[in-house]
Formats: sequence, C-alpha cells, structure tokens
Amino acid sequence: MAQPVDSGAEAVAAAVETPASHLHPKVSWDLEDHPLPKGREEVWRFTPVRKLTRLLSGEPTDHGFEVIAALPAQVSLGTISEARARVLSVEPPADRSAAIACHNTRQASVLDIPAGLELDEPVELTFRGTGVDERIYEHLIVNVGRAARVKLVFRYEGSTASAGKIDVRVGEGAQLDFVTLSDWAPDALRAAQHSVRVGRDAHVRTVQASLGGAVTRLIERATFEGSGGQLEQFGLYFVDGARHVEHRLFIDHNEPHTRSEVDYRGAVQGEGSHSVWVGDVLIRKQAEGINTYEANKNLLLTPGARADSIPNLEIETGNIEGAGHSSTTGRFDDEQLFYLRSRGIPEDEARRLVVQGFFVDIIRRIQVPDVEERLMAAVDRELDVIAPEIGDPR
Amino acid sequence: MATLVIKDLHVDVDTETGPKEILKGVDLTVSDGQVHAIMGPNGSGKSTLAYSIAGHPKYHITQGSVTLDGVELSALPVDERAKAGLFLGMQYPIEVPGVSMANFLRTAKTALAGQAPKVRTWPKQVRESLARMDLDAEFAERSVNEGFSGGEKKRGEIAQLELLDPSTAILDEIDSGLDIDALKVVAEGIKAFSQRPGKSVLLITHYTRILRYVHPDRVHVFVDGRVAVTGGSELADNLEEKGYEQYVG
Repeated sequence: MAQPVDSGAEAVAAAVETPASHLHPKVSWDLEDHPLPKGREEVWRFTPVRKLTRLLSGEPTDHGFEVIAALPAQVSLGTISEARARVLSVEPPADRSAAIACHNTRQASVLDIPAGLELDEPVELTFRGTGVDERIYEHLIVNVGRAARVKLVFRYEGSTASAGKIDVRVGEGAQLDFVTLSDWAPDALRAAQHSVRVGRDAHVRTVQASLGGAVTRLIERATFEGSGGQLEQFGLYFVDGARHVEHRLFIDHNEPHTRSEVDYRGAVQGEGSHSVWVGDVLIRKQAEGINTYEANKNLLLTPGARADSIPNLEIETGNIEGAGHSSTTGRFDDEQLFYLRSRGIPEDEARRLVVQGFFVDIIRRIQVPDVEERLMAAVDRELDVIAPEIGDPR
Repeated sequence: MATLVIKDLHVDVDTETGPKEILKGVDLTVSDGQVHAIMGPNGSGKSTLAYSIAGHPKYHITQGSVTLDGVELSALPVDERAKAGLFLGMQYPIEVPGVSMANFLRTAKTALAGQAPKVRTWPKQVRESLARMDLDAEFAERSVNEGFSGGEKKRGEIAQLELLDPSTAILDEIDSGLDIDALKVVAEGIKAFSQRPGKSVLLITHYTRILRYVHPDRVHVFVDGRVAVTGGSELADNLEEKGYEQYVG
C-alpha cells in the first residue's frame, strides 16, 4: 500500500537470497557460547545494546511477574526446576538475553494443555511487571497435547526489565492460536525468545502485537516435528516516542510438506523511533513440497522514524511448492489520501482511516473474535495518541 | 445550483524533469442542469483538467480560475472542494485496503453533510444504490476498490455519486474498459443523477459510445490543453466518423 521510499537511512528493504547461515547463530545453554554483544554482531547490529545491558548480564533476582490467570480446570500452570525445563524445551537459547534468562531463572514454569482438550473460549494469562528497577527472568514451557484445540492469549503489561524464554510444543494434529499482546508501560525493557515446535499435521497461528515498552527485542523461532504442519505468524507493532521494537523471525522448514505464512505490519512515527523486522526462512534439503511466504510492511508516519526490514530465504532444495517474500516500507500513499479526501473526508481523518485499514487488513485474518476486537481497540488507542502528530510528513 | 465556470485555466504537472504545462488556457462553463462532454485524443489534457479541478497534489494551477457557484475551488483543500459540491469519478479508482466501503461511505457522507446519516435509512440507501449498479450488498463489506474488477470499480464510483449527492460531477473516462451491459448501467446512473434538480455533469471520454446513452447538451473537443471546438451532439457524431485528426496539428 505504501509508496516505496528509497533513501537508505529511512528504509532498508533488501532481500538476500544467498546462504546466510551466520544469521542462525548456534543455540546453546552455555552462557560462554553467547558472549556479551558489542553491538556490531550481525544479530545485534540494529539493537540499542546499551539500553538492554541490564538484561545481558547480572545475577538472579527475587522478582517475578505478577501472573493473573483464571484457568479452566483442565489446564494447569505449575513450576518445575530449570534443569527439567531444559529437557522439555524446544531448543536451547539463541542469543545472550535468552541464555541469561535461563541461567538466572530459579524456577521455570510449565503450562499444560492436555491432549484432546477442545476449548472455544481463549485461555488468558496476564503477566504484570511491577517496577522498572526490577529485573525479571522467566523460562516458560507451554505444552499443547496432541489433537488439542485451544486459543492462548498472553498479555504482558506494566513496568519492568524482563528477559524471557518461552518454549511452545504443539502435539500432533493440535490446533493452537497463540496471541502475545505486549502492552508494556513506556519505560519497560523486554528481550525474549519464543520457540515453537509444530507437530505433525498441527496448525499453529501466532499473533505478536507489540504496542508499548522502551525497547522490545523478540526472537521468534519455529521448527517442525513431522510432515504436514502449518504455521501462520501475524504481527503488528506501533513504534512512537523514540522506542525500539525488533522482531527477528526464523522458520526452519526441516520437514517435508510443511507450510508457513508470515505477515508483520508496523507503523513507526517520531524522531528516533525504530522498528526492525528480520525474517529468515531456511528450507532444508529434506523439506520437499513445502510452501512459505513472508511479508513485512511498514508505514513511516513522520520524518525521523526508521524501519529496517530484511527478509532472507535460504533454499537447499528446489523441489518445493513455493517460496517467496515481500517487504515494503513507505510513507502515506498520496493517491489513497487524495481519493478519500476527494470524497470530502478531511485530511487527518483520511490518514487515520488509512492507518486503521493497514492494520485491520491483518487483524481480520486472526479469526479469534475477542482478540480482533481488542487489537482494534488497541490500534484506536494508539491512533488517538498519535493522530494529532500525523502531520504531512514532508 | 451547480454552475461550474473555468476561466483561462493553466495547469502544470510535476514530472521527473520539472513542471510541465499541460493545460494552456481552458475556458468552459457548465451551467446548472447541463451535461457537457469533453472528448479528445490521449494526452490532450482531459484527465489533467479533472484532477486539477479536484485538487490532486501532482497538478498545480498556475493561472486562471475554477469556480463552483461562485466559490473559487483552486484555493481550497481537496476535501473542501468536495464540500463545495464537487465530485470526481476516476478512471482508476484507488484501492484502500482494510477500509470497508460501508465505513468509507458513512465517513464521507458524515463529512459532507456535517452530521452522520440516519442509521435507520442509510444502510438501506446504500444497498439500493449498490443494487442499481448491479453490485451485491456484500460489496459494502469489501475494502474500498480492493480486488474489484475494472467494471466493479466504475460502478462503485457511480454508486458513490448517487449516495454522496454532489452538485457537480466530473467523470473521468468512467466508460473506458466497460462492456456494453456495464456501460448501460453506468450511463443510467449518470442520467438519473443529471436529472435531479440543481446538478451538472462534465463527462470526459475518449469514445463516443457512452454518448448514445447519456445525451450531452454541449460537446467540447480538447486538443493540446485547450478547448479546440465546441458544439452540440452532432460534434460527437462527426468525431465518430472522422476521428480526432481533423483537429490535431
């Protein structure tokens, strides 16, 4: 929808189709394998490392999220040792902050959704931070049993500095909608790794909504266990007031006849605001007959805002159904604004409609009505905040 | 009332090599109750006339004036021109993903009328206008122009014309790319609009075909950024027979 902007400082939309294995750092439980980043490393080069320093080293703390959950009887949330959590994890940490999270976690948690459980109502957990001076480390295992059908909504809010590792194991034939709604206080710091393992013939849909916080850096990784798995990943982010929001995705098509579809959209506004989206897809030699498509669209609402968008596709077999990606970063489309205004709609309202539409387009594909409504409301709230500032960007 | 007066209109368009003059002094008056047709070869400036009157940011009026019932349009922002009574039906209506036709129409109607349309009657009016244009009711739930066929887009423009009810409609090649059935539907819509009291229509077209269904009071032939000749509907017949060559060069 947006008009491409080619000034390099404001937009990067380079698609790299060469093998880029350095983008998939070695995963390891050993902290030694994740040296303190200096900021020049490929996987850290966009991140304001200095602002995240508190989450990259340091000792365990006594703090934790205040967890609010009214769980259905069949669903349980319990604690386990970190040693046990490592056995249950999808994979070891992929970066320093996830490694620190596990290193400093005294007790891990496990959310169990038993096999065959079918729930229409979403299962909701709220994780609330209670002070930005606190550091929180979390390691959470989510077990979705085979043939279960559930919607899971994680809501993060409040003020805190947290490093997390979340491992989601989805059993054979299960259907999981997993929504992460990050509505942090403006000073919150967040670094987390989400790893999803999609079971044979399972269908997983994740939604990542990143709305608040000073710095957010999310590593989202997915892998398959058996053929026929389907993964859809939707994301939306609003970045304003000199905030930083970074999503780094890695989908490992390690099994044949698996599918993945990624669509992330962001609106960035204000001097010093920065969004980063890196989408890596690896199609391994054995992954025949797979289909993958990833898209990222960014709307720059004002000058001084920056969006980096880098899709990568690494293909080791040509025997696939399809693989593609797209990335656009641009300002308001003059033609869209002209069309709306030519019908009498004032400029500020026209801009609002365009931004709303940009997100509605993705929100309506989530197909979890309650979540759709809440995200729409969140978008409206953000628009109320930024609307007066959406002036003509030139 | 709906009298559109164009006087000595000069318009530049932004190009990669700087501004280029496209309109070189257009004089034209469409009086209340009239339908005028503008015909002309490609590149003669017909579309530029439409877009510059509506206020597209790519076009700049450098000289002359355009008034609608005495209100100078060239000084007004785009949306204010619409509020003054102007409607532009576009050759290539723009897609606005995620914004439903229903939401778009309600927002536009509210802005134009200064108050929200009545919940009791508006949805029915929308359905009826769509139906007259051979468009399903579900059309209202689709994103503005997104994934519409060429014909659906044009019929959508005329449905908007009916619902938004401006005083003057400039329709830019609304007939191009339509099959004969769609053309008849669109022409019916234009005719019905022009017969409402206090309306005027400026119909820009490349072909004479639509003029068999919508009968203009005046026909203007546009060449090289000006009106080269003005006449009655016989002028269209003459063009049908002999083409534009007689006026070019």
